[in-house]
Amino acid sequence: MSANGSGIGASVKRKEDTRFLTGRGRYTDDINLPGQLYGYILRSPVAHANIGGIDTSAAAAAPGVHAIFTGSDMEGVGGIPTGWLIHSKDGEPMVEPGHPALALGKVRYVGDCVAIVVAETSEQAKSAANLIEVDYQELPAVASIEAAEADGAAQVFDEAPGNVCYDWEVGDRAATDAAFEEATHVVSIDVVNNRLIPNAIEPRAAIANYDPATGDYTLYTTSQNPHLIRLLLGAFVLGLPEHKLRIVAPDVGGGFGSKIPHYAEEAILTWTAGQLGRPVKWTCERIDAFKSDTHGRDHISTARLALDADGKFLGLHVSTKANLGAYLSTFATCVPTYLYGILFAGPYTTPAVYCEVKSFFTNTVPVDALRGAGRPEATYLLERLVEKAAVELGMDRVEIRRKNFIREFPYQTPVALQYDQGDYDATLDLALKASDWAGFEARRAESAARGKCRGIGISTFIEACGIAPSAVVGSLGARAGLYESGSVRVHPTGSVSVFTGTHSHGQGHETTFAQIVSDMLGVDFEAVDVVHGDSAKIPFGMGTYGSRSLAVGGTAIYLAVEKVIEKGKKIAAHLLEASAEDIEFENGSFTVAGTDRSKSLGEVALTAYVPHNYPAGLEPGLEETAFYDPLNFTFPAGTHVAEVEVDPETGEVEVVAVTGADDVGRIINPMIVDGQLHGGLAHGIGQALLEECLYQDDGQLQTGSYLDYTMPRAADLPSFNINHNTTLCTHNPLGVKGVGEVGSIGVPPAVINAVIDALRPLGVNDMAMPATSQRVWQAIQQAQG
Amino acid sequence: MNDFTYHAPTSLDDAVAALRGDGGAKLIAGGHSLLPVMKLNLAAPSALVSLAGVPGLGDIADGGDSVTVGAMCSHAQVAGSAVVQARIPALAAMADGIGDAQVRNAGTIGGSVAHNDPAADYPAACVALGATIVTDRREVHADDFFQGMFATALADDEVVTAVRFPVPGRAAYAKFANPASKYAVAGVMVADGPAGVRVAVTGASGDGVFRVAEMEAALGASFSGEAVAGVAVSSDGMLSDTAAGADYRAHLVTVMAKRAVEACG
Ligand SMILES: Cc1cc2nc3c(=O)[nH]c(=O)nc-3n(C[C@H](O)[C@H](O)[C@H](O)COP(=O)(O)OP(=O)(O)OC[C@H]3O[C@@H](n4cnc5c(N)ncnc54)[C@H](O)[C@@H]3O)c2cc1C
Repeated sequence: MSANGSGIGASVKRKEDTRFLTGRGRYTDDINLPGQLYGYILRSPVAHANIGGIDTSAAAAAPGVHAIFTGSDMEGVGGIPTGWLIHSKDGEPMVEPGHPALALGKVRYVGDCVAIVVAETSEQAKSAANLIEVDYQELPAVASIEAAEADGAAQVFDEAPGNVCYDWEVGDRAATDAAFEEATHVVSIDVVNNRLIPNAIEPRAAIANYDPATGDYTLYTTSQNPHLIRLLLGAFVLGLPEHKLRIVAPDVGGGFGSKIPHYAEEAILTWTAGQLGRPVKWTCERIDAFKSDTHGRDHISTARLALDADGKFLGLHVSTKANLGAYLSTFATCVPTYLYGILFAGPYTTPAVYCEVKSFFTNTVPVDALRGAGRPEATYLLERLVEKAAVELGMDRVEIRRKNFIREFPYQTPVALQYDQGDYDATLDLALKASDWAGFEARRAESAARGKCRGIGISTFIEACGIAPSAVVGSLGARAGLYESGSVRVHPTGSVSVFTGTHSHGQGHETTFAQIVSDMLGVDFEAVDVVHGDSAKIPFGMGTYGSRSLAVGGTAIYLAVEKVIEKGKKIAAHLLEASAEDIEFENGSFTVAGTDRSKSLGEVALTAYVPHNYPAGLEPGLEETAFYDPLNFTFPAGTHVAEVEVDPETGEVEVVAVTGADDVGRIINPMIVDGQLHGGLAHGIGQALLEECLYQDDGQLQTGSYLDYTMPRAADLPSFNINHNTTLCTHNPLGVKGVGEVGSIGVPPAVINAVIDALRPLGVNDMAMPATSQRVWQAIQQAQG
Repeated sequence: MNDFTYHAPTSLDDAVAALRGDGGAKLIAGGHSLLPVMKLNLAAPSALVSLAGVPGLGDIADGGDSVTVGAMCSHAQVAGSAVVQARIPALAAMADGIGDAQVRNAGTIGGSVAHNDPAADYPAACVALGATIVTDRREVHADDFFQGMFATALADDEVVTAVRFPVPGRAAYAKFANPASKYAVAGVMVADGPAGVRVAVTGASGDGVFRVAEMEAALGASFSGEAVAGVAVSSDGMLSDTAAGADYRAHLVTVMAKRAVEACG
């Protein structure tokens, strides 16, 4: 690969930012179709109730109202499906209750869809919805894991006794038990992984259209994966064949996992448009987003680490309870299992690992993937536990980690994954140096002189990205493959359109992918456009999540470019009267090896489309498609160091420094990579210190607006100190791993370890996330007795 | 949000007339308290009477021993005013700590005192500094103006036109902000002025702004942070929410009082 000014490795400014920064992005809500009506979704104000009846008569008579549909109208329509079947320890499949798009007979969470009102304007639809009278016969609710598993708890679904969806395990329990028998030390920890609300800046929205002339449906929707929506909505819910259902996810303003799932509103809108024969538009208000976008995390765990006399890890035993919410969202079931339990080797050689996860239904918003999805939960638990082990054994916190690092690759973990490559010492060393770890005590003393408690915390972590080999995930219960497609169309005059099945909603694919193609084909960066998000334009695609876009989608594009070059060589060979084997391609030129006889890509492309003088038997055109199914996960890894200052009088925590040393594989665009790291770190610090979704016992959402739910702001964050040490992924041609989730995975335990480090002199040895000022103050009060 | 009529009067008399003409009418200033509750259907006025076009409400005047701030002055205007910064720097600093830049550019002092949100900052400043609220028909001392959560001495058709602050000898405001909303969880204004030492607290009590007599007495004896650091306020009647329970709020009142005293210099 050649390094040109805008090729691989260059910090090219993002192509997409011109339209985003000048207000010319085209989001779903910017789209208006002729004759469109507006839908308003009436949501349940109660967490659990039988619906005695729904009186829509007053609403139907309100000005501008065209139609009102409730659960009984959609009764024949399929329910919202879930994408991953988990089997319990006993081999039984998970409990998989139905999820009607519009509640049928019962509501199960505050925010559950009860009716759609369609009117001339959105205000009319909303006002009319207020006139609908629903007879909610309230039932006791279970709003937390503790409530769900209590004796005599209310049942979210009759078919799920004890509210259990599944009771899953991974790893060798007997071997792990044996490791504990041998252990000199056993360290245990209880942790809660706080529930989060994703808060993408663009609320969800959709417009559905039905064309009676052709029978075609089109749905514009705020999705991270339009083809997946087409599959679930078409095949499972509405029974529409793919060629009659087009899904467009145009510019999307952030997802963080909350725009992966197939939502009830997408089904309701599309079905309603079919009933009315007119386009129907819906835009979620922020207040409804809090109670209808899928939430994230929400685990309660207890774990034990067995160590020998020297501090070598012998075994790890993890028991987790996970909250899945009221219905099974698309990836809900795999997040706390296959994206969580298999991460527990971390960067360590622990020979025996066992993890069991019991997942519960509750009367809360469905829980699904959120930036990191399972891996932040695993990393938080492991890095809190390792830190605690160091403290309890009186070992150095860095040395205990170093002592247990994996150094030989490939490394087969005891929990299914095989790491291909990594250098954990290198990122650790880099982070220690960049954070001036050695100089910390002086800084602690300086803070103490100002009455502040300073602490430093570390986390060394790996993550599994680039989900994933289809055969592997298929054997684990995934109901879809997780390959990706890429098409490269070289136009007659040499400009290039690239079609990817991944979807960019902030990641900068239009730039990164263009850099790869520009670099490989030797064409100007400006001459490459990346097309994504429209099922009518893209061959197929599984979308963007799990830091997979570059490792899987980028590789598909790479392979398609290779095919283009192969075909180009045949055309060039014909034009140059040479053999295709003798043609070399470099910097946009096809050259006969050892000569100066060459044809440019443009000449070859033109010949491909104007094939007057052309190889016999070769198809005209210069366009290739590749589907790439990854051979393995990719394993980004790194070390994060956080330094905090606590005000012991108020409990306020200030993050004064964050240092990252990350190995994300080959870096295509350093500026975009650092941007992704910054965003992830902000997200992770948000979880560690600020964000917490709280429900009352009756299932009312307490943190239902920005008055109570704290998102991290620029002023809450230090300037990040980002460093890189790269090892290349061995099983994809670009050597790339993924970066989108790193910050939110690596930094939360570093921050909490730092807070505990700061407070240890005051007698505080534990801290829950988020470490809000009140929580910190209470911990100090308690410790001081 | 329900439909409403919009009035844009160009005189105080017309504004009052518009209010009298429609029992469901409400004044709108910066709209940063009123519009959010309207969006949530917690308020549904039949008419909004804008003060934006009423002349004479946007000035800040130096009256020697007092500073008069027009009701339509935005928080940003107060924070940036050379007069306020020179005469009552604590007030400028307080205004600079309200919400965020957008809120400070839109929200007004008149709206803030009229709304009397228990977590708003101005009530503490008004009470501690012994301000006078000037309306279209009378003058009301701050002590009599604020009457508990969202309640004031204002009549339905009464318009705040200005707030007059006596210039204190020294004063400072310390605020512990809610991390999400940035409203006060505990905001304490300490002023040593013509009316003696006053300590006024906002954000903490369900009854809105209140004074802490014990702290005032302690400071009267010795004006130092230490003097108030040991004075605990009761958590009875304190607000309690996800960010701060009653005990924590009560504790923060003492800490903020101490910091405000120390900031008085
Ligand atoms: C995100 C956010 C954060 C905030 N943070 C803070 C904070 O930290 N501290 C703080 O103190 N405030 C805060 N606020 C409130 C903000 O300062 C408000 O703008 C202010 O309290 C009300 O002023 P307004 O001009 O917006 O009034 P409006 O919203 O226009 O009106 C509020 C009420 O006062 C009445 N009213 C308005 N003007 C007059 C008048 N001249 N005479 C009689 N009645 C009148 C109205 O009829 C209405 O009932 C915040 C607001 C938001 C949205």
